[in-house]
Formats: sequence, C-alpha cells, structure tokens
Amino acid sequence: MKIAVGQGSCGIAAGALKAFEVLERKLNKDNELTFTGCIGMCYLEPIVDVYNGNELHRFVRVTSEIAEKIAKAVNRGDFSDMGEYEISDDDKAFLSSQTRIALRHCGVINPEKIEDYIGDRGYDAIKKCVTEMTPEQVIEEIKISGLAGRGGAGFPTWFKWNAARNSEGSEKYLICNADEGDPGAFMDRAVIESDPHTLIEGMLIGAYAIGAKEAIVYVRAEYPLAVKRLKKAIEQAKELGFIGDNIFGTDFSCDFKIKAGAGAFVCGEETALIESLEGSRGMPRLKPPFPAQSGFLRKPSNINNVETFANVAWIIQNGGEKFAEMGTETSKGTKVFALTGKINKGGLVEIPMGKTLRDVIFGIGGGIRDGKKFKAVQMGGPSGGCIPESLLDTVIDYKALAATGAIMGSGGMVVMDESTCMVGMAKFFLDFTAKESCGKCTHCRIGTKRMLEILTRITDGEGTAEDLTLLEELCNSIKDGALCGLGQTAPNPVLTTLKYFRNEYLEHIENKRCAAHECVKFRKYKIDPDACRGCTACARKCPAGAITGAPKSVHKIDPNICVGCGSCLSACRFGAVEVE
Amino acid sequence: MNFYESKVDSDLTLLEPTLEKYGDAAENLISVLQSAQEIYGYLPTDVIIHISQRMCVPIVKIIGVATFYSQFRLTPIGKYLIMLCKGTACHVNGADGIYEAISEYLNIKDNETTEDGLFTIKCVACLGCCSLSPVMMVNDDTYGTLTPEKAVNILKTLAEKEKNQ
Repeated sequence: MKIAVGQGSCGIAAGALKAFEVLERKLNKDNELTFTGCIGMCYLEPIVDVYNGNELHRFVRVTSEIAEKIAKAVNRGDFSDMGEYEISDDDKAFLSSQTRIALRHCGVINPEKIEDYIGDRGYDAIKKCVTEMTPEQVIEEIKISGLAGRGGAGFPTWFKWNAARNSEGSEKYLICNADEGDPGAFMDRAVIESDPHTLIEGMLIGAYAIGAKEAIVYVRAEYPLAVKRLKKAIEQAKELGFIGDNIFGTDFSCDFKIKAGAGAFVCGEETALIESLEGSRGMPRLKPPFPAQSGFLRKPSNINNVETFANVAWIIQNGGEKFAEMGTETSKGTKVFALTGKINKGGLVEIPMGKTLRDVIFGIGGGIRDGKKFKAVQMGGPSGGCIPESLLDTVIDYKALAATGAIMGSGGMVVMDESTCMVGMAKFFLDFTAKESCGKCTHCRIGTKRMLEILTRITDGEGTAEDLTLLEELCNSIKDGALCGLGQTAPNPVLTTLKYFRNEYLEHIENKRCAAHECVKFRKYKIDPDACRGCTACARKCPAGAITGAPKSVHKIDPNICVGCGSCLSACRFGAVEVE
Repeated sequence: MNFYESKVDSDLTLLEPTLEKYGDAAENLISVLQSAQEIYGYLPTDVIIHISQRMCVPIVKIIGVATFYSQFRLTPIGKYLIMLCKGTACHVNGADGIYEAISEYLNIKDNETTEDGLFTIKCVACLGCCSLSPVMMVNDDTYGTLTPEKAVNILKTLAEKEKNQ
C-alpha cells in the first residue's frame, strides 16, 4: 500500500513529522511510505492518506497513537475498525465542493519527486509551447483564458507579457513575486511547498512568451521550507533538461535563480521588488517607465505572482477557453483563498469566480466557530477592507469586491466574530502599514502615522467626534498622494470599517465602550462574591494593586485603580472574575 | 556611534566563500548580508566594514539596507529566537495575550534578549500558518494553536533543557 503524510509547514507544525516517524518504524517494509505537501485542510492536520488499490482511506488529526493504529491496520490489510479516525463525510465536502486548478497537485504528489509531477502531465505544457507554438500564440492563449494577476491587482496577464515581449532588447527577465507579505494569506507558500514544479513550468512558459533567458523567484525568507523545496525542484528540473540550454532540443534556453527576500511588505510592489533584487532598500520607483520597459537592471522585466503562474501550465494543456468558461463576465477562472480566523474549517479554498462570500464562509468553511455570530470578513489584508454580513452575498469577482471598498487581494480571508473590535482591527492594520511604509513619500510615511495616532486615541477612550472627520480627510489625501499601492490602499481598512461599522467608532468615542471587550482601556473587571473563595491569587497577580481583601474572604476590585490588564481573570481558578 | 571604533573581532575568513561567490556584484548585497548573518548570528560592525571594502559598497548603503529589512540585526540575539506571529489571523485569535504571557515570563519586551542570552522575542507580521493561529516559531520549530499557558510551557521546557546541559 502507499501511505502519504501531508507535510506542508502547517502539517509539520501540527505534528506530521511525529506521525511520519511512527509510521516509518511500524509499517511493514513492503509498503511505500511517502509524503505530500499541503492538501489545504489545515484544520484537520496532520493528515495521513492510505491508498489501498483504488481505495483511499484519509485519516485526520493523526497523533502518534493513531499513527500506530494506522500502521497496524495497513500491516494486516484491514481497516474495518478505523472508521472513527477517518475523515467524516461533512469534512470530505470541504474538498469536493472546490474546483482545483492552481492547487491541482497540492497534497496529491510528493513535492520533492519530479517523477510524481511528470507522471501527471508535468512539463507537457512547456514542451507544447516550445515545440508547437510561437510566443505570440502562447500569449494569445493566455489572453483567451482571461487570466488576471492573482497577487491582488487583477491586471490581465497577457497584457503584461505582451508589453514585455514587445519591448526592445535581447536581455529580459521573468520574475516571480513570491514575497507573500499579506498577513493572513498563505496560498503561495502552500503552492511552492506542495507543487514547486507547477510554478517552475508556469515561469518557463512565461519566459518563453516574453523572450527571457533568465527567471528569478523572489521568495520570502520567512518560508524556509518553501525555499528548500523550490531549490530541490530547480536542481531536478535542471538535471532532466527542463531548465538550462536548448530546452526540448529547441533554441529556447532559460536559467533559474532564487533570491530570498529579507522581510519588507512593500517589496510586494513590483518596482520595490526590483530595487530589492538589485540589492537596495525596497523603495518603489515612479511609473512610468513600467517594468516591462525598464525593470531589473533597467532591462525589460515581467513580474507575476505565484498563483498566476500556477494556472499557466493548466491553461496551455486544457486551452484558454476552458479556463474562461469558469467565472464571471469580468473575472475568469478560479481563485484560491486562505480561509482563517474564527472559522470552523480553516484552510485553502479554490473556487470558480462568481461564487458568493457566503458560499465560501458558511458553505465550505462551515460557519463561525463556537456558535458565535459572524461580524465581518477581512479581505485583501492591509490593502483591503472588512465586509459586513449584509454584503455576504457579494459575488467573488474583482469588480464586485472592489465596489464594497475591499479588494480581491491575494486571497487572505480572515473571518471575525462578535469578539473582534472593528476599531481595533483598523488600528491593527494601520500599525502594520505605518511600520511597513518605506518612507519615500510624505503622505504614506506621515499620514499613516497620524492615522494610527488618531485610532489609538479612540481605542484609548480619548477620541472626539472631530477625529472621525480628520480620519476621513487623511484617508482621502493619502489615497490621492501616495506613490505606490501600499500607500494608496493603506486607508482601505479604515474607510471600510468607518463605512460599515461607524457605530463602533461612535460607541468608543461617545460611550467609552468597546462591545467586543477587546480594547483594554475600556475593560472593567469585577469579582463575583458568590464564586470568590478568597484565595488571594488575583490580588497577588494584580500589577496595579487594585484588588483588596483578606485571605478566605471575598475580594474586591477598585475600578478607579484597575488598568484592565486582565491578569486577575487568568489568575482566578474559580471563574469568579467577570468582564463587565 | 563611530563605526570604526567597534570592539568586535569577528573571524572574517568565514565569509570568504560567500564573498568569492557573490562579492563582485553590488546587486548581491542582500544575499551577502543574509549569509553573513547566518554565520555570525547578526551583522557585527567589523563584518560590515569588511563587506563594504570587498564589494565596493559604501557603509552607509549597507546600514541603509540592513535597517530597512526586518530580517537583519545589528546586535546579537539569544540562543532561541522566538518569532511571535502578529498577523491578522493570529491577532484575531489572541496573539496579544500570547505576547503578554511570554513577555512577562521572560521579563523582556519585543526585540529584547534575556540577560542569560537564551531568549529573544521578535514580533513578526505573518508566518503563513494562519490556520494554526496563534502561532510562534522558536528557531526553526513552529508551534500552533497556542494559549498563553501553552506558550510559556514551551519556553519553560527549553529553559529546563538548557539548565540540565
């Protein structure tokens, strides 16, 4: 039998290596033990798949004990008493309701074995391109598919390729932006860790189309496993002649390089990324000239995101029309989302454009955790916005999402329930953009800082009604005045929360109250006299000395001294401390 | 700070293979700095001066790059680098509480190192393990679905291990 253990970063963090080690020790040697990347059902990790002929047994949340049971069942060839550890029908629907193109091999093949990839028509598409198609035909096929940049902006891929192709000069560069910096998005990491050859093949096709002889992957340094697997994949592809000189005996040659990013969110902006590739501070350049005319080392360059490239080989194999059949009028194909936050089933979801947010969150994602109420979904990270419940039937489409004030973004979808403060959320993102602003232009550098100060004032209970007007004014001038996408979109989290959750702002300002109990300054604690045993634990923990009471008698918190830190809440073993 | 008055005395020969491979092109500066940091644990001043001379890149440019990217450090760090994720999903799931707990336990703040040189806390934007949030990485190991107690216990175990060695 073939046994595969999911070993993406999240699988490993959940304990996949332990399960693998147990299986390695206990399985009879005539079985094939291997590993895959991430299948995207992160909430069920670690996952072990057992292929018994055509039958698949998928075991979830595999601890060392369960791994031992799996090994025994495999060794005796009988799975009759293993049902309780297998995936439930309800959880099976998480995968079966998806349409997987970019993620088609994720969790299915071993990412460190090129044979697995070749076995599923791998490198057929680049062969077809270089032996049967002209670069113009390749670009035409991508045009028919309607593929648009999956990094967030949604710019048509063919257009960028065509511009780079038509630029003068024989030295051109194809660059992959794998600097996935959006907090809350991890689809690019999953693709590289689980299916690096798909990325390489997509990039080879892009390089052929624009006429580049060198391809560069700019990957985040925070993703060590992705870098390791990508390096290995590049070596394997070189050995088999898919990378290098005269690929498939043609005169198309292409070399690959990996450059590790060094941790700067702004490097997701393409001209900042180029600056970083050149060894400088990642500060955006003024456009035009666009990278297609003057990019890396001032040569024509084309930059696409990982997910964009992951679709390319499929499009060449199956035809652009088939891709364009999926989706809406303006957004074609599928999109991968990283569904996280207060959601029951968190993980990677790939669905055709045109489905609604409700389909994803309440259908595939199984709704909100712990029976709580949905409040908002944050899309597009620091450049995006929070979408409220009333707009859950919005279809997933670049235009429709932009109309809400959020953006499609790279695909982070962070779900929030009633325990999340929306002012706090806006502050969280501004804190991020203020720190990540490169400092080149004044509106972004100073504007985000001033906005953060206002938001901090509001969550500290010192906000005034004028602050909201000032915030809106700042938002608009930063949008207009900032040089690059980071600054232009930085106000979005504030604008959307102001638009849909203005009440929460007003409540903070007028009533000095945070309904989500998240803002520390507004939190008031009290001790339930019936539950208090007088153990003195809370009084000893209180950093402000706000709690009084003799041992074995009921304790009391002085609200005038209390700083709302919550130390007493975690110190109490009897559940006597309550938040008002 | 006068750069040339640095008191460190790093073994510069360790960097030689890197400089031979990348040293001739200024565009490789970030790769060289990454490699240097891997060797020395941070970017000591004498190493920066050496890189500047070998690559013909002004010191001011190197400092500019090193302070721009969050990966680079100009001071040494503890044996265990705790990278606490403060991404959106971790934020929503209580990363602030984890920070408070480990910061109280170790008695240090973000970007500080304990007196015994064992632990450094660094808050980072997103580690990409959002479905296991809240998450932290200690050196190369990732720990997910943390609670304040769980996070402190992980550090206690590491400290205990060090004591017994």
